Amino acid sequence: MNAIDWITQVLEVVVAVAAAPAFLGWLNQCRAWLQNRRAPSLWLPYRNLHKLFHKEAVIAASASPLFRIAPYVVFGTMVVAAAIIPSMSTRLPLVGSADAIALVGLFAAARMFMTLAAMDVGTAFGTLGARREMMVGFLAEPALLMVIFVASQISSSTALPVITDHLASGHLGLSPGLAFSAVAFILVLLAENARIPVDNPATHLELTMIHEAMLLEYSARHLALMEWAAQLKLFNYACIGFALFLPWGVARAHIGPMGLAVAIPALAIKLAVAGAALALIETVSAKMRVMRIPEFLATAFLFAVLGLLVHVLLKA
Amino acid sequence: MTHLPLYQQLLDSCAALLLLLSFAMLSQRRVVALVNLYAVQGAVLAATTLLLAWRTGEDHLYVSAALTLALKVMLLPWLLHRLIRRLQVHRDTEPLLNVSGIMLVGLVIVVFAFSLAQPITRLASTATRSAIGIALAVVLLAFLMMITRRKAVSQVMGFLSMENGVLFGAMSASYGMPMIVELGIALDVLVAVLVLGVFFFQIRERFDSLDLHHLESLKEHQ
Amino acid sequence: MALLLLLILPLVGAALLGAGGAHRRAPEVNAAFSLATLLAACGLAVRVIRHGDLLLGREQFFIDPFNVFLVTLTAFVGLTTALFSRPYMRIELDHGRLTPGKLRLYHSMYQLFMFTMLLALTTNNMGLMWVAMEGATLSTVLLVTLYRTPASLEAGWKYFILCGVGIAQALFGTVLLYVAAEKVLGSQGVTALLWTHLDAVKSQLEPTVLALAFVFLLVGYGTKVGLVPLHSWLPDAHAEGPTPISAVLSGLLLNVALYTVVRSKVLVEGSVHSQLPSRLLMGFGLVSVVVAALLLWRQRDIKRLFAYSSIEHMGIATFAFGMGGPIANFAALLHMTVHSLTKSSIFFTAGHAAQNAGTQAMDRIRGLITLSPTVGWGLMLGSLAILGVPPFGVFTSEFLILTTAMRAQPWATPILLAALAVAFAAIFSKVQPMVFGETTGRPLPHAPALLPVFAHLAIVLLLGLYIPHYLADWYRAAAHLIGG
Repeated sequence: MNAIDWITQVLEVVVAVAAAPAFLGWLNQCRAWLQNRRAPSLWLPYRNLHKLFHKEAVIAASASPLFRIAPYVVFGTMVVAAAIIPSMSTRLPLVGSADAIALVGLFAAARMFMTLAAMDVGTAFGTLGARREMMVGFLAEPALLMVIFVASQISSSTALPVITDHLASGHLGLSPGLAFSAVAFILVLLAENARIPVDNPATHLELTMIHEAMLLEYSARHLALMEWAAQLKLFNYACIGFALFLPWGVARAHIGPMGLAVAIPALAIKLAVAGAALALIETVSAKMRVMRIPEFLATAFLFAVLGLLVHVLLKA
Repeated sequence: MTHLPLYQQLLDSCAALLLLLSFAMLSQRRVVALVNLYAVQGAVLAATTLLLAWRTGEDHLYVSAALTLALKVMLLPWLLHRLIRRLQVHRDTEPLLNVSGIMLVGLVIVVFAFSLAQPITRLASTATRSAIGIALAVVLLAFLMMITRRKAVSQVMGFLSMENGVLFGAMSASYGMPMIVELGIALDVLVAVLVLGVFFFQIRERFDSLDLHHLESLKEHQ
Repeated sequence: MALLLLLILPLVGAALLGAGGAHRRAPEVNAAFSLATLLAACGLAVRVIRHGDLLLGREQFFIDPFNVFLVTLTAFVGLTTALFSRPYMRIELDHGRLTPGKLRLYHSMYQLFMFTMLLALTTNNMGLMWVAMEGATLSTVLLVTLYRTPASLEAGWKYFILCGVGIAQALFGTVLLYVAAEKVLGSQGVTALLWTHLDAVKSQLEPTVLALAFVFLLVGYGTKVGLVPLHSWLPDAHAEGPTPISAVLSGLLLNVALYTVVRSKVLVEGSVHSQLPSRLLMGFGLVSVVVAALLLWRQRDIKRLFAYSSIEHMGIATFAFGMGGPIANFAALLHMTVHSLTKSSIFFTAGHAAQNAGTQAMDRIRGLITLSPTVGWGLMLGSLAILGVPPFGVFTSEFLILTTAMRAQPWATPILLAALAVAFAAIFSKVQPMVFGETTGRPLPHAPALLPVFAHLAIVLLLGLYIPHYLADWYRAAAHLIGG
């Protein structure tokens, strides 16, 4: 293990944690422009976090220790996840410790803590949100796994860096299997990050909210951590998407200052484009009824499985 | 990943697109949209044929592509649209129960079709042989669509899409059938649609609707 | 020349009758075309008997003893049905159930239907055979719905959709056959679907693909044969269409469909070297016989009753072809002949009986023997013949099949016998009161033209008593071709 690898590793996590709020800010900005509104500042999420960290935390009397621990656990999980996603380089010392399936497991663990904490206080909204979150989760996870399987079928490995390495090196051209799973991945991303057709992060309507309902009991630094974790999750998902479907620009094999010099601007550009694209999707689509969410995710699953099948079928 | 030539990638993409279209038809509720999907399916089929024609340089494939384009992308959808308008069923939607369930069955069917097509795939020597499983899947999915639909028009769309699947199978397994057979098939399909048109009017005149639950009285007497 | 005439005549007839089928003399024209077709068929048969197999029209047409006998049979029943339909359809017109426009459609489609069947029988190209079979469905769909009643529309829809789906499976089977053949016969694609070429190289064809192709072909064409469980269109279409159409559907179309199945079987069996095609045919055949026999009990509609009986008999023939070997094939061919003749004559009489009673419900048809002795005796004798009572020809063929089964497939014999007994009891118990029961109805005002009925029954009786040696040779040659 050489030192540069470790530096890259640390750099990657730091960038993820630091840039995640900006990514959300950028997304919101694009959305505002698309909707002909005056855009909020790119730094608004940072100010928000800053504000929340300086407030006094209020915790319900009925809350158990789990309620206090959950924000730290969730945030910590997301940071670990950021460490094993090859967003800038495929030579990371830590990625060997977990493959893509473990990554899905990490997300699942975070989800579990979040839902448990939401139910912990015992309010109606928390339980409702938790229930809906679990519904989304148990439908989205298989789809996400399928998406990963398509990529790992192609590169015969479940380790993300290997997959990225492989996909970035091959002259892949048109791969219908990968294209299908890309569609599936976008659908999963929207559902998992409480974006518009599934959930609306901007409102607190009890009929529709999922993610927000779980956070209603949190305040101050706990809320800040939860929101930061959510931003980090979105960032992580975007990076998984890049790793699987847009692996170009990532520093491979011989890492050096040059590789990183390409990788960091590449990541920035990709994030900018992805943010704009997500904003576009959110603008053109309408929030769907909660009852339709299973169908939405079934479509995602269908796409992913079709991708897998098409890949296997056409290879034979 | 092996380095596939571009036309191969395009052919694979067409095959994948056909499969996707089959699923789209399976889950589509609106009758008019079904006809459009059918037209797109025909277009993809024509594109595949054209690609193969260009690739193999066989003249009869050009004719076949032109035939597909004329018949399945233009004439039949036009006829069907006209029919739908004149029957005033263009706003018809169909309540589909349990779309996710149907989709899952569809996925199982794809796997089944794939395993069924294995021996053929091994035998065929065409560049597109890997798409045979997909062709079979398209046929079976169309069959599934016919089973799950209650509207006459949707069942017919299933029937037509099944025929597309068979033709795609012929295309990918052996670069099409002899010309005379293809002409015969095209003629049959055209006549079938015309006969159906007459038929729809008869049903409509008698029942005032194209819902097939009217057509369920002939059962074995219990 | 004879072949050209055979195919051109019905086509010209269809065009002519399509233009002027509502004319007063249209039925006569229809019959005249059918007669000319029969003469052409006889000419063809004579040529094949004298000179052996024929390959015509750039090898697109192939005539051997197997299909020429079916061609003759088809043309013959086509003629007698045209003769029968002449007065029958006039009465329907008088009753106001039909309009001249519908009659025109009927006559035109009748000839077209004949054309498609003859094409399917004579073509050497498996692809064209498919086209012709699909054409046969399309030309009869509108005939099944001729009366435009709700029930007939439903029957027509079922017929169209089920046979359409079936025929699509058959097309897939044909494609698979082509894929396998192309390997051996070269990719020019011109000869790879010609039966004679396929037959010559059948042992080199890839067995797994052919087995798969056969399954698709069997399911596809088997739907048209009416094999259980693909049969559900058959009783509806027979019951709701006009009687002449029921007669040709049952007497001819089922035969042609079975012919296509057997042609496919010959190819596949030469390739796969396993029992699969035989077993499949035997299985489907036996299931059809048993299920149809049981369902016979439930029928209340006279035409449905005999439609199920057709399923049963097609099952018997399929089973016999499945067993294979010279005797079983011989018996199956004989069975196809006598069933076709008997069943069409039964539909003729049943049609008259129902027309007179104004209903097809069997419990309202009574005392035919007093109303019209010819109809009564015709139905009774026809039923006895189809039930395999000696000395009718059906007895001979069933006897041969059963004895062969006893030797070759002993396990199946009791099942077959039991099913035949059940069918016998079911049909006889329903026909007996219709013919001899008490009635208050008035006798028929006019004597029905039942010459075709008695002509058919006479031939069936003749075949039961004595098979002329040239006919026997003919059957034997065909049976040999099928092999197995």
